[in-house]
Amino acid sequence: MAATEEVTLLDLWASPFGQRCRIALAEKKVEYEYIEQNLADKSELLLRSNPVHKKIPVLLHAGRSICESLLIVEYIDETWPSPSPLLPADDPYARARARFWARYVDDKLFDCQTRLWKLKSGEPAHEQAKEDLVQALTTLEAELGDRDYFGGEAFGFVDVALVPFTAWFHTYEKFGGGVAEELCPRLVAWAHRCKERNSVAMAIADPHKLYDFVLYLKQKFGAK
Amino acid sequence: MAGGGDELKLLGMFASPFALRVKLALSFKGLSFEYVEEDLRNKSELLVVANPVHRKVPVLIHNGLPVCESMVIVQYLDEAFPGAGAPFLPSDPYDRAVARFWASYIDEKLFSAWVALFAAKTEEEKAEGTKQTLAAAETLEGALRECSKGKPFFGGDAIGYVDVALGGFAAYVHAFEEVHGLRQFDAARTPLLAAWLARFVELDSAKAVMPDVGRLVERGKMMQAQAAAATAATAAAKAS
Repeated sequence: MAATEEVTLLDLWASPFGQRCRIALAEKKVEYEYIEQNLADKSELLLRSNPVHKKIPVLLHAGRSICESLLIVEYIDETWPSPSPLLPADDPYARARARFWARYVDDKLFDCQTRLWKLKSGEPAHEQAKEDLVQALTTLEAELGDRDYFGGEAFGFVDVALVPFTAWFHTYEKFGGGVAEELCPRLVAWAHRCKERNSVAMAIADPHKLYDFVLYLKQKFGAK
Repeated sequence: MAGGGDELKLLGMFASPFALRVKLALSFKGLSFEYVEEDLRNKSELLVVANPVHRKVPVLIHNGLPVCESMVIVQYLDEAFPGAGAPFLPSDPYDRAVARFWASYIDEKLFSAWVALFAAKTEEEKAEGTKQTLAAAETLEGALRECSKGKPFFGGDAIGYVDVALGGFAAYVHAFEEVHGLRQFDAARTPLLAAWLARFVELDSAKAVMPDVGRLVERGKMMQAQAAAATAATAAAKAS
């Protein structure tokens, strides 16, 4: 098994997608080399490892590259099935639900948050972004329900997919997206629960540092 | 599943390439199912209850439990029906990641380029859209070369995950050519994809579920006419 071969992660400190991979690797107790990337001046290694999208995160293992954060997390789960299985081994329906909700985070939540910081405040499109964000958080709140984790009793795939975005709650509030404690109190409690895990605490960004970073992104890429 | 019968119901729409992927997957696995055609302008109670988050097709309902998102459904079929033929996804984690990557690419880059081209109004937009679709097709041609290793399909000798993902668009591609006059998988530019397409549509399991291309063309032309009328109406309103 190639499981003992060298593992490298090409990543960016603030990326919630990269953080998913860091959490998964830590859950599995896999040692790896972390290489911070400069996306304004992409490295040869990054371009070679992800020629199609040229994006982070990229996992390098046994000389091969795996791209796209959710695919990387499934790869990690399948290559190192224990400890901490992230997708339940024997329940196809639960696995399908987990994949569905992980995609929801990408398709809906990430999309809303991007529009929230990119678009000009006060414009109808920005108002729509705020509404959509509230809708996304409310939907996730309802899906979590009374459970400890999205998969039930154990920390799993959807938790890994979503938890890095909880560091964005402070940013959402600053951009008029509402107060998380009011909008989605269960999600806030769930985030605290997840952060008790070392894998999560070590990976997710500091909310204030992240907000400063988003301000920089807005200045650079935001609508003028 | 223990005991009698697996009840499979698929909520779809005849022109949806995503619903077609699931029909193809079920057909390749030899699984029988009840098909429900949805009118997406008037969604059924069943659809809204089965997919409250997106209210979209396809939805597969297996013994009353709904599974949503086409490629999530395809993976579910592999896992829930292990006896129904060879799985679409290979067993090696790296090969699985590669297959999932290309299926994702088809949606994020190839399909979105087609959508952009369809929505293009100005000549510049059309030119840009065409450029994007051709670039995506070229990348996918490379993927096919890599994945197939000289064999007929992305999955090798047999239909695999990426073949199902792209297969959903097989009829759409022919219709698109008739409506917009652009061949997506041109034999000169993308010979492997052109050969793959010709081969795929001849498979018995594919033929069993393919929609009528004529009907898709009719629908495509109608949507094009509606879009043109809307553009004209907007221009007229601005001019007056």
